Amino acid sequence: MIKSLTTSREVLLFAAIAVLLGLIATRFPGFVAPSNLADVFNDTSPLILLAIGQMIVILTKCIDLSVAANLALTGMVVAMINVAMPGVPVAVILVIAVGLGTLLGMINGLLVWKLDIPPIVVTLGTMTIFRGIIFLLSDGKWVNSHEMSATFKAFPRAEFLGLPVLSWTAILAVIVFTIVMTRTTLGRAFYAVGGNAHAATYTGINVGKTQFWAFTISGALAGLTGYLWVSRYAVAYVDIASGFELDVVAACVIGGVSIAGGLGSIGGALLGALFLGVIKNALPVINISPFWQLAISGSAIIIAVAVNARANREKGRIILKSAEQAA
Amino acid sequence: MLMHSQSQVPTAPEANTPPILSLDGITKTFPGVKALSEVALNLYPGQVTALVGENGAGKSTVVKILTGIYQPDGGAIRVDGHATQFPTARAASDAGITAIHQETVLFDDLSVAENIFIGHAPRGRFGLIDWAAMERRSNEILKSIGATIDPAQKLRDLGIASKHLVAIARALSIDARVVIMDEPTAALSHKEIQELYELVEKLKAQGKAILFISHKFDEIFHIADRYTVFRDGQFIGEGMIDQVNEGQLVKMMVGRDVDHIFPKRESHIGDEVLKVVGYDHPTEFAEISFDLKRGEILGFYGLVGAGRSEFMQSLFGITRPSKGVVRIDGRVRVIRSPADAVANGIVYVPEDRGKQGAITALPIFQNVTLPSLGKTSKNGFLRLAEEFKLAREYTERLDLRAASLDTNVGNLSGGNQQKVVIAKWLATQPRVIILDEPTKGIDIGSKAAVHEFMAELAAQGLAVIMVSSEIPEILGMSDRAIIMREGRIVAELDGDDLTPETLVRHAAGISQGATT
Repeated sequence: MIKSLTTSREVLLFAAIAVLLGLIATRFPGFVAPSNLADVFNDTSPLILLAIGQMIVILTKCIDLSVAANLALTGMVVAMINVAMPGVPVAVILVIAVGLGTLLGMINGLLVWKLDIPPIVVTLGTMTIFRGIIFLLSDGKWVNSHEMSATFKAFPRAEFLGLPVLSWTAILAVIVFTIVMTRTTLGRAFYAVGGNAHAATYTGINVGKTQFWAFTISGALAGLTGYLWVSRYAVAYVDIASGFELDVVAACVIGGVSIAGGLGSIGGALLGALFLGVIKNALPVINISPFWQLAISGSAIIIAVAVNARANREKGRIILKSAEQAA
Repeated sequence: MLMHSQSQVPTAPEANTPPILSLDGITKTFPGVKALSEVALNLYPGQVTALVGENGAGKSTVVKILTGIYQPDGGAIRVDGHATQFPTARAASDAGITAIHQETVLFDDLSVAENIFIGHAPRGRFGLIDWAAMERRSNEILKSIGATIDPAQKLRDLGIASKHLVAIARALSIDARVVIMDEPTAALSHKEIQELYELVEKLKAQGKAILFISHKFDEIFHIADRYTVFRDGQFIGEGMIDQVNEGQLVKMMVGRDVDHIFPKRESHIGDEVLKVVGYDHPTEFAEISFDLKRGEILGFYGLVGAGRSEFMQSLFGITRPSKGVVRIDGRVRVIRSPADAVANGIVYVPEDRGKQGAITALPIFQNVTLPSLGKTSKNGFLRLAEEFKLAREYTERLDLRAASLDTNVGNLSGGNQQKVVIAKWLATQPRVIILDEPTKGIDIGSKAAVHEFMAELAAQGLAVIMVSSEIPEILGMSDRAIIMREGRIVAELDGDDLTPETLVRHAAGISQGATT
């Protein structure tokens, strides 16, 4: 039942994106050209990567507000390493980025697990701390394009079968985490903990530890995205991706991930991110002011939450015998 | 029922004043359960009426009807002889009825004065709250009940007894004429109970009618002027407290028709499976020792709050005991977490299924396999075919009817959700199964099914611990019963010793001498 419900929700969102693209196509047919859609996807890839991690965190009834700061800190660290040691190969940079991001995610997870601090408070704190550390490391200075090595910058743009590596990373993450969420015991534990933490405890699942792993995954993806972001835009400074965590949460919410935990899918997070990505890329094309872009994104969030709230509303007890048969 | 009466309630001869509040022929039905069947209750000014009855007798339902939370399906509520209705909690409160609940409903982060006047704070100019008046009147009320509490204090900083006083002050602030006290002493120390008694005397002197609900007989005989007995939602009798003794009250409480046939079973009791020695917890229970054999159903009886569930949770590894040893098949086992307990063959079907049992957002098969994922997965990867096989095997054994194992548990009826939870535990192939209030809140038909199933489990050689507050269930199902009171085992009964009277006596702490 819940499966058909989420599927139908995803179909609905997919249809909404299709309608949106259709409307845009009536005025700017060029927008729906395959090459442009590929560009939109590539542009949305960082959002997709972070939304996957965020979706897992929200699934366990937590929230990770530190993802954008994690991205910025990891990005700055790898950029500075590249400036100091231009010879370090991209593979090592990737390991460092994922490793550092994972570590930062683990800090969030440990604070939530061991100290029992509400996740919103933990990640609000670490968000500020991470940004502060960037300032301390960089002295507030920018790392600019000309300081970075060519190979460092080339990686996310390198094309493979017609798509840039950045896009491929997002596609790979969607596949890997779909498998994790639907085919592993850890994935099942995420759903169980968010769906009913008490029941999960009684079946022998360690709730805090499961949440710790959710934050760890979120951190790892943020770290990976940190390198891709800095190298793609060829700049690193204190405020990159500032406020991006809200886009990430919004993508999850639009994608049908329940803030109350236990409900959501990788597919939903992907579609939620794409929906925001299409709006963000299309509105400037059809000459709508940035103010309206924000207002439309905001409305999309509220509409999505309202639709989901209706779908998730607790059914009353079935008292009438006739109604039971009908159900 | 023997004294089943509606309108011609036998009023005691001393009652020369008419009751402030009376219930007449009140009936309340929930789906599948008749919670109250034409009950009567009379509350007189300046008198304390004790409402006595077992769990499930309908006491809480009456309180909810009196306070406007439930609407009766039939019968009349009369205030000063005039028929009335309480469609909302507000209406009951406007009629001067107030309840002080088991868990006091107050706001920890507001001041004492705010708690007393929340919802009806004195207003000054522009409709704003008149803080000075509120504090002054709080002071007056608190003084009138002899409480020395500063109205400006945060409620959080008060002890439980003082919180009760605030709740009572709140009751007085709305000019209550009827005060309902639902197990007010459950969380109080001996000294605090004495203070509560004094307060009740003060309220009596002010002409308030008091409904006093308690399981403790010493309290009832100390404080009450009258009694009313309910059993299984029926009115059994009422009268002046000085005209009965404990034995008679106990008889009225438990003497029942057999309304439910328990499965006949022949116990084949085997070797010892579980032995618990000296389980202690700093605050919840002490010196719990017992043993359990294959094929045995061991009942745990006691009043609510006797520490039974707390002990079971500790045995299951949810909380840690400070001391104690568990032996399974004679070997000492350390249980630090629910995962350890499950691995050692102990499973726990908790009381609150909604909260602790099923995960309603997940499909049936995922719920069933959740504690058995070790068996149905390989290197952390799930094998869905195995999961379906396991889920199908155990749901079929329980005769669970659902369209598909993919059905979300939230869409099942309460009885079927219960089956999913039991299937989940059976799939782990346990040695010991702990059932905490297994039939609480389910209809008679499902109850019989659960009982039959329990008998079947025991017949298959499982050792069953059944925590129950229902006397017929304990009598009908257990081979042996352990009775807990205030965190300790007070008796272990079997055979002919296992009677309703002995259960109630031990659970309520009535000495053996005080019989009829």
